[in-house]
Amino acid sequence: MNAWLTQHWQAFTLTLKHFIHTPFTNALSIIVIGTAFSLPVGVYTLLENIQLHSATTGSTPQLSLFLKLNTNKNQALAIKKKLEEQALIDSFKFIPKDQALKQLAQNSDLARVIGNIGDNPLPHAFIVTSQHAPANELEKLRTTMQDWPGVEYVQFDSDWAKRLDAMLNIGRLAVAMLATLLSVALVIVIFNTIRLQILTKREEIEVSKLIGATDGFIQRPFLYFGALQGLAGGLTAWLIIVIGVQTMNDELADLAELYTSNFQLEHLDLKDSISLLFFSSWLGWLGARMSVASYLWKIEPK
Amino acid sequence: MISFNNVYKRFPDGFDALKNIAFTIESGEMVYITGHSGAGKSTLLKLIAAIERPTSGNITVNGQNISKLKKSAIPFLRRNIGLVFQDHKILFDRNVFDNVMLPLQISNFNTAMAARRVRAALDKVGLLKREKARPITLSGGERQRLCIARAVVHRPSILIADEPTGNLDVDYARGIMDMFASFHQVGVTILIATHDKNLLQDTPYRTLALNQGQLAI
Repeated sequence: MNAWLTQHWQAFTLTLKHFIHTPFTNALSIIVIGTAFSLPVGVYTLLENIQLHSATTGSTPQLSLFLKLNTNKNQALAIKKKLEEQALIDSFKFIPKDQALKQLAQNSDLARVIGNIGDNPLPHAFIVTSQHAPANELEKLRTTMQDWPGVEYVQFDSDWAKRLDAMLNIGRLAVAMLATLLSVALVIVIFNTIRLQILTKREEIEVSKLIGATDGFIQRPFLYFGALQGLAGGLTAWLIIVIGVQTMNDELADLAELYTSNFQLEHLDLKDSISLLFFSSWLGWLGARMSVASYLWKIEPK
Repeated sequence: MISFNNVYKRFPDGFDALKNIAFTIESGEMVYITGHSGAGKSTLLKLIAAIERPTSGNITVNGQNISKLKKSAIPFLRRNIGLVFQDHKILFDRNVFDNVMLPLQISNFNTAMAARRVRAALDKVGLLKREKARPITLSGGERQRLCIARAVVHRPSILIADEPTGNLDVDYARGIMDMFASFHQVGVTILIATHDKNLLQDTPYRTLALNQGQLAI
């Protein structure tokens, strides 16, 4: 076991040396892999950000509780009490019908129309902000409140959230397709690199076979090389994303200031970063494995 | 022990390289295989290391039937055989020391012990002072000695040499042959294929003569 580990370690360090000593050709393949990979990873990062921000700022679940027109103060107070008892509700605000009309009148186009109406046609309303909860629980809350006496209509605007979700799903599908295609490209790039390496190391492979090297011993450096190249490609993609996000954030800071918000893009989190590096290394290994299977075993000493 | 029994080798193009070969070489014996070029000397040696497989017949090496050996078992057969090639098959991308190290790396050798063995082998062939040299700077004779050091570093029980003195002058060839004799003295079984008549004059060792793929008795 120890000897086996030593052999792996030797193969790995030898490959690493070889890897570092051919910087130029190596850098080319790594940049190709890295840029190709940064595309789906970049889109993924953007989608993650959209979801993150829509969850924290945009999609604060709001329900509008419109009371019947003939509701009196006592009924309104009863409803207020009931709202206070609901665990799901974070906060709520009462908007009396006079205030609602005043707000509406601030819109100059409507002001004249409103002026022509004699009685205030608007109902009292509660604007309820609930805690974050799954859509079905909010829906349940809506139906409960709908049944309260004095409540005319409860509006829960979940449509835009559903639409956003659907769009994010399409985006994710696009990322998956892009990632699949570019993964194939990555495997091919590494397949070709390893093929060239096998051809240039033909002599060494022949001699190794003649002096009793097993297939495992001979293929090991090539597999390590493929995995290392995949890893370096993944790392490049990761760096591109980090730099990209940083650059965007510098610009976003200016924009966000105008909107008095502190909106910033998030970097890939640790889990996603590690997955990216593992996946790209695995793809590199796979490309090398395929190359070994189709070229290495054809070399036999004569 | 190496024994051939009714061994035939026909190449895919229909050429019969070896016909009905039968002989036995005892452990620790030193034997010359002679014949004109194309007589089948190299093919015979390659069969022992399973570089070529026989068309029919049985070959036994150290009690193992080579003709029925699985592909995955071949590396382990070769680890017990030292091969010396006429064209050396040295790797030019590494120095002398690392060339000799290769067989030990392959068979999982402890590194400190391996370095000692490499130096011992280089000492035996007189290349110890050149361990850091690049093979490209070595002369033909030195390359041949490097090849021998690599063949014996893992202490195989059988040493096979194909035309080891091929392009060397007489004195150099003598030196190489003396080296083989010294390995023979420590009990290694040695097979040397050669067409060099000078070497064969008054040799104390057995000679197997091949003529157009057949053993001449």
